[in-house]
Amino acid sequence: MHSMTHKTDWGVVVGRATGILVLVAGILLAAGLCTASQRSDNPVPNIFDPRSTPAESIRDHSYFVLAITSLIFLVVVTLLVYAVVKFRDKPLTAGREPAQVYGSTQIELAWTIIPVLIVFVLFLATARVIHAIEDARKPATAVEVTAIGHQFWWEYRYPALGVVTANELHVPVSDPAHPTPTFLKLLSADTDHSFWVPQLAGKTDLIPNRVNHTWIDPHQTGVYVGQCAQYCGTQHGKMLLRVSVDSPEEFAAWVQAQKQPANHDDKANAGRRVFETTACINCHAVGGTNGTGRFGPDLTHLMSRNTIAAGAALNTDENLRLWIQNPDAIKPGSLMPAMKLSDADLDALVRYLETLR
Amino acid sequence: MSSDAMAIHQGTDVGSRPWVETLHGWVTTVDHKRLGILYILYALLFLAVAGSEAMIIRIQLMYPHNSFVSPQVFNRIFTMHGTTMVFFVGIPVLFGLANYLVPLMIGARDMAFPRLNAFSFWLTALGGFLLYFSFLGGSGLYGAGNAPDVGWWAYAPLTSRAFSPGHSSDYWTISLLVAGFGSIGTAVNIIATILCMRCPGMKLSRLPLLAWLNLVVSGMVLIAITPLSAAQIMLCVDRYLGGHFFDTQAGGSATLWMHFFWIFGHPEVYILILPAFAVLSEVIPVFSRKPMFGYPVMVGATIAIGFISMSVWAHHMFSMGMSSYGNAFFVLTTMAIAVPTGIKIFNWLGTMWGGRIIFKTPMLFCIGFLFNFLIAGLTGIMLGSAAFNWQLTGSYFVVAHFHYTLSGSFLFGIFAAFYYWYPKIIGRMLSERLGKLHFWLFFIGFHLCFDLMHIPGLLGMARRIYTYEPGRGWDTLNLLVSIGAFIQGIATLIFVANLIISYFKGTKAGNDPWDAWTLEWSVSSPPPAYNFAVTPTVASRRPLWDLKHPEDPDSRYE
Repeated sequence: MHSMTHKTDWGVVVGRATGILVLVAGILLAAGLCTASQRSDNPVPNIFDPRSTPAESIRDHSYFVLAITSLIFLVVVTLLVYAVVKFRDKPLTAGREPAQVYGSTQIELAWTIIPVLIVFVLFLATARVIHAIEDARKPATAVEVTAIGHQFWWEYRYPALGVVTANELHVPVSDPAHPTPTFLKLLSADTDHSFWVPQLAGKTDLIPNRVNHTWIDPHQTGVYVGQCAQYCGTQHGKMLLRVSVDSPEEFAAWVQAQKQPANHDDKANAGRRVFETTACINCHAVGGTNGTGRFGPDLTHLMSRNTIAAGAALNTDENLRLWIQNPDAIKPGSLMPAMKLSDADLDALVRYLETLR
Repeated sequence: MSSDAMAIHQGTDVGSRPWVETLHGWVTTVDHKRLGILYILYALLFLAVAGSEAMIIRIQLMYPHNSFVSPQVFNRIFTMHGTTMVFFVGIPVLFGLANYLVPLMIGARDMAFPRLNAFSFWLTALGGFLLYFSFLGGSGLYGAGNAPDVGWWAYAPLTSRAFSPGHSSDYWTISLLVAGFGSIGTAVNIIATILCMRCPGMKLSRLPLLAWLNLVVSGMVLIAITPLSAAQIMLCVDRYLGGHFFDTQAGGSATLWMHFFWIFGHPEVYILILPAFAVLSEVIPVFSRKPMFGYPVMVGATIAIGFISMSVWAHHMFSMGMSSYGNAFFVLTTMAIAVPTGIKIFNWLGTMWGGRIIFKTPMLFCIGFLFNFLIAGLTGIMLGSAAFNWQLTGSYFVVAHFHYTLSGSFLFGIFAAFYYWYPKIIGRMLSERLGKLHFWLFFIGFHLCFDLMHIPGLLGMARRIYTYEPGRGWDTLNLLVSIGAFIQGIATLIFVANLIISYFKGTKAGNDPWDAWTLEWSVSSPPPAYNFAVTPTVASRRPLWDLKHPEDPDSRYE
């Protein structure tokens, strides 16, 4: 006992340091969440900064859950700290055994019944939100999209609009007065994936041999980022998601442009020949050519997209060249093979791809 | 720590034997105490391995677009880290403690089936080494090595031949199958021991809580490991005999595997945490100098947790597109398990209340446990609320949550057990000075690491990604999380140093260094091979209290 007391001195010091650390952690948490929601140019996918009904319902529900859990935390930690301080071994009482108490039925009942009530309230609150999100009716004005997860990119098909694209989902902004939500049918071509754009909705998995659904109704235009949230293989880490929420006019214009056949510029014929005579066509499609592959993204309007490789790199001339010659430099382990083209063929091919607007 | 020196401390007459014979003695032993030590050393070995893997993960994630390891290596490392920690650290250490302590606590000579005990240990040991042999043999003849990279829950169809060529997934499957049989053997053994080998007077209502909790845990192992083993066999059939259970390309079901895995996986979480509860239920009363508050309620709550834990598995699958009714059902069961768990926390507090709390290292770890486990439980409620879960699952929030349960709670409980029972097992005290340093460093490192780790999850950072984009508000947080992880690594090294130094230099423990109340403290430290010279007879839950206080024995009140 005696040897212990003089060694606790710096135990106390470290204890205080811990207190300060916890405080700093709390401040960092608050600061992190605040600064995160201030940026607009490069959006942070903060779940507490929702822009669509499902994400908003979850945010509101989460505040309720956080309030209850914080309250429980405060009560129990107060009891714990009080017990540790008040009932610590003091020199005065050392060696004497305290009163031996074996239990109390009333107290046990109290701390059984109160948690049961809390749990029941939490259950009801959760069930309400589950129902509101999961069983929401699809209005006639909804845009329908089929999203297909691939290792390691996203395929989007708009069956009613006749549009096929990849990686960058375009949806119209939804005015609460005249809602135009987007309902997504989720499929997988290979392994499990999960569709997660935190500011728009929670996750829904894309599972082979299974049809899942989710919906979003973004209230504000802009680009929202997310990523695949179910481990799907080597490049799960760079299977990024971008959702472009367009004004109704922009969206209509985008659909119109996507429905056009591929642009065929005679100046790029050499590149088109490279495309059509190499392995490109095994996986990629360009409307109006003999390339009809579906293992990789449809390239008919490649240049309408801001990024390549499922958001891993900006869609620039330099990155396109790198991606074709050595995809591992951008996304090691992706299923795009290194094409090993001659410089002349590469130049021609990139020039051709850059005509695909 | 050489097994040679350890044997001398066993109090047997092997001191003068050559080391080959000593080694032979350890390999062929059927003594529950030696097997317990073997389990624990084995778990420590794999703790070091899986801890190093955690360090690799945290170095890789310190900075955005870091390239310390390739994505292929990263995926193998997190798969091996998770699999090792759950199957080859968690389960062996809990079985090691149960093996060593249960017979001593219930006044038995040995386990019910000593040979089955040895067989089960060596099966588990084989499992772990098979898993790590994948580094050499996983990709067949190329020699480069290839560990499994399918994640510790190995969702189909990632494990099918199309997505996992070579043998890495087979090593994962077979090693868990083999270790699973070992776990089933030990679970049967613990149940039989507790039900049939109690000393006179040791009614079930007087069973030490550690034994009660291990009884429930062993029952859960029997129920939970079986579907896992079945699923592993089905996976082998898929991969080698043309089955299509999980082979989605041939019409198999990916969700079937999810159900099989999590109907094992969730009880497994409680299989790991209940033994930590067991440690707390022994340590907190002794260091508060009071009997366990509400013993019958604690037993009831444990059994309730055992039952309810069988009905919550699909809360790991809230994002897989269950109907709203299915989701609501699993919300209710998941929330329900918070009630008996809360009762336990309150009863530990009730035990401390009005006591005389002595802050030795085992008690510090128990108090740390209470604080961490409270937070783990509350983030668990957030995750159990399906709607909130749709945002949180698969993100770093969930990683932080389950490390709160497994590192902040399970590991804290195990550390408490080490500091509490090391004197009994070895006969020498662990250094309090190093112990407190270990505690505070680990506590600080833990909170720096896992408190902050929740935030990137809230900001959209998915788990199992080998790198991330800069500018999403995750950069600084990940750096601090990594620093916290390194601090925990250093603290663990101090712990191991303490184990080794105290083995040679620790003060002699004597039979009963903590003035404790259960039967193991009535025999010498380390206990003789035969445990008890005379079979003890008990009249209450605290037989040594009765001995020390004949004027006011517990048996008067129970």
